[in-house]
Amino acid sequence: MSPDPLLHLAVALDGAGWHPAAWREPDARPAELFSGAYWTDLVAEAEEGLLDFVTIEDSFGIQSTDFNDVDDRVDQVRGRLDAVLTAARTAPATSRVGIVPTVVSTHTEPFHLSKAVATLDYAARGRAGLRIQISAKPHEYALLGRRTTEPVALADINTAEVQARIADHFSEAADYVEVVRRLWDSWEDDAEIRDAATGRFIDRAKLHHIDFEGDWFDVRGPSITPRPPQGQPVVTALGHATIPYQLIARAADVGFVTPHDRDGAAAIVAEIRREQEFAGRGSQTLHVFGDLVVFLDATAAAAEERRARLDEAAGTPYTSDAHIFAGTASELADLLADWRHAGLTGYRLRPATLPHDLLGITRELVPELQARGLFRTAYQASTLRGHLGLPRPANRYAAADPAVDPAVDRAAEAAPATAGAGH
Amino acid sequence: MSKPVKQIHLAAHFPGVNNTTVWSDPAAGSHIQFDSFAHFAKTAERAKFDFVFLAEGLRLREQGGQIYDLDVVGRPDTFTVLAALAAVTERIGLTGTINSTFNEPYEVARQFASLDHLSAGRAAWNVVTSWDAFTGENFRRGGYLAEQDRYDRAETFLRTAWELFDSWDGYRIEADKESGVFLSDPKAGTFEHHDRHFDISGRFNVPTSPQGRPVIFQAGDSDAGREFAAAAADAIFGRHSQLEPGQAFYSDVKRRLPAYGRTSEDLLILPAATFVLGDTDAEAAELAVEVRRAQVSGQTAIKFLEQLWNRDLSAYDPDGPLPRVDPDVSGDSISKGRAADRLYRDRIAVAREYREQAEAKGLSIRELMIERTSRQSFIGSAETIATQIDELVQADAADGYILVPHVTPGGLDAFADRVVPILQERGRFRADYEGTTLRDHLGLGAARKTAAPVPAGAVR
Repeated sequence: MSPDPLLHLAVALDGAGWHPAAWREPDARPAELFSGAYWTDLVAEAEEGLLDFVTIEDSFGIQSTDFNDVDDRVDQVRGRLDAVLTAARTAPATSRVGIVPTVVSTHTEPFHLSKAVATLDYAARGRAGLRIQISAKPHEYALLGRRTTEPVALADINTAEVQARIADHFSEAADYVEVVRRLWDSWEDDAEIRDAATGRFIDRAKLHHIDFEGDWFDVRGPSITPRPPQGQPVVTALGHATIPYQLIARAADVGFVTPHDRDGAAAIVAEIRREQEFAGRGSQTLHVFGDLVVFLDATAAAAEERRARLDEAAGTPYTSDAHIFAGTASELADLLADWRHAGLTGYRLRPATLPHDLLGITRELVPELQARGLFRTAYQASTLRGHLGLPRPANRYAAADPAVDPAVDRAAEAAPATAGAGH
Repeated sequence: MSKPVKQIHLAAHFPGVNNTTVWSDPAAGSHIQFDSFAHFAKTAERAKFDFVFLAEGLRLREQGGQIYDLDVVGRPDTFTVLAALAAVTERIGLTGTINSTFNEPYEVARQFASLDHLSAGRAAWNVVTSWDAFTGENFRRGGYLAEQDRYDRAETFLRTAWELFDSWDGYRIEADKESGVFLSDPKAGTFEHHDRHFDISGRFNVPTSPQGRPVIFQAGDSDAGREFAAAAADAIFGRHSQLEPGQAFYSDVKRRLPAYGRTSEDLLILPAATFVLGDTDAEAAELAVEVRRAQVSGQTAIKFLEQLWNRDLSAYDPDGPLPRVDPDVSGDSISKGRAADRLYRDRIAVAREYREQAEAKGLSIRELMIERTSRQSFIGSAETIATQIDELVQADAADGYILVPHVTPGGLDAFADRVVPILQERGRFRADYEGTTLRDHLGLGAARKTAAPVPAGAVR
């Protein structure tokens, strides 16, 4: 069986764009980064381009060039708004594109975040997701004061001690996602009965304590918010190494990875698929999206020139965890079409500057991919799960209900799993 | 010198999980779909109200070990609904209850500052504290803090959040493309707070929001709560909607203001109030009786009585007399997650009061519970209700009211269409918004800076 011919496309929104000097571009709106209109315009533009979803970056701490501490720079964007609230602010003004805010598992309560994202799903009528993110920066721990963490030198990243600490963070994140998913399921879909004859608003037999007990938190449940429209909003995570790949394989619906060439992409996808099998999720849809930073212009020379100009404004060449692409939409389409053979089911593009590179994606890249038969020409669904070909999950607490046929889910999930196993 | 005529403040509370909401009414819609909140907020904005208000719940209520199923159950997340409402409204204030017990000051300050930015200056925070380990079972923090510590934590929580809101004081986003200066100073947002509850430091990452900080509401009625409101709050979400108790509360709180260098205009008293509107007073009175019977069904009456009696009373007839047996004072309350439970400190004495009242008037259980729980404030024609509200405000029983309709989400429509125009015609209520922020609507000056905003012992 051949993989789905269509690619999935997401865009990662962060400040004025991912390049540190992006805010100085002529079309940048740096004074509006803290306004609702700015974010709504960007998300609406992503919807114009029929994209699957946008992610909204976040962090508890102020942005810094130093991983372990705050810096004293004043020439880069500093400050950001809460991503869940920003997502909610854009939801009623759009109707199709998925909206995926970043959620930090290290410093927040899964109960609060579960109801917040469920509520985002109501406000967006089935378009919500979350990106689970851990925090390992000592200066972010100091903002909360509940625990501490030691600075990590890049040279020590592979020591047993640092690896154990990272494993702890991701283990907490996995528990977090488990709690959030259980809370979403803690109300069966038809729990609200409004039965005037018996005077009962709900059928309490269809509400469930989740009774989660773990190393980081115990949560009793049920949620205060009824099960959201998608049943479970879409869970995503970014990973660069085995431990986060395991989180993606076990807990996510979409994983973001950062290959730098086609072979690297194939190796990452293979590792995630192995972990997925190991986690017993081999039959479920798990998307693996390649992350790319993009500079898009009419000619490759113009894109390179813009990149050089931005680097000069920043005072240092821009580097990233992800591959940096500078060129035309057609060249980027070539790359995306090529790397997908490594098993990537989609891409999350990080615009180097906003709105310029977002417009490059929605108005140049998308038509190019459409012309090649690689991208949808209209939304086929109204929910984020629908865009991604993810079934609406059965409720784990209603498993005994004969109305739920697990075979339906299996059928819906077959194709992408085959795509992943193709290499 | 005659007293100047006061302008009335009006706001609306989206009814939450209590027996006020008549969910069986054919006009009742969803209490969870966003369209309901949008309809409600747009109606309030059309009526030029100051703000809409959302309560919060963090654990479903239980009684006798089972989830309470007679009232509306479940609600969306306060912050998320308010941020989404900012997209479908332009002027109306967005007020939400957020608990200080199961959150951290940095996170809550960040969320409110974000909401204030995303709504262009319309955010307000009703600060509450949770007292029970029952709710704590949903959170990392759990229920392990002793009662006194929880109050102490709540006070420091607000003080700390306030410091965070003020941490960008004097610093700006320059965003000067030409010079390449984004931030006015690398110290922007620097804060440090060390006490027994919060040992935190760093840089707050949300620049000063349009209102400086959200408008602060206080909802407690205790002496310490009143003191806190006098010292730090911008408005009180009060509970005394009748003339005399309203006046007593009003004068008590307002006389506390000078001690904090504040005047009567710096703190608004806004009690919650229900209303039943009819074409005539007689029709409204009739309708009010129907509404009360819908709000207190026989089953609800028994459940209310169980909350006081602390026993299973399901075998009793709601249309019959009160139980002869006394309340059970031996164990924990059978009702969990209900603030009102704290009112029953002396169950025997309250039960005696109930019996006397029922015998004197010959009331059944249900009739008594309808009387005891009556919260209907304004009943009558539009003309009558407008007059009642105006008289109470002019008599200093309140500065205005937070209206709680009994039907979601359309229960406010008739009030907006019929009562508000009368108040506007009489010059008692604004014909249009004059400012853009909630502070503008409330007639509050610029936000006060940190200087000891919350006295110790203030939050109860």
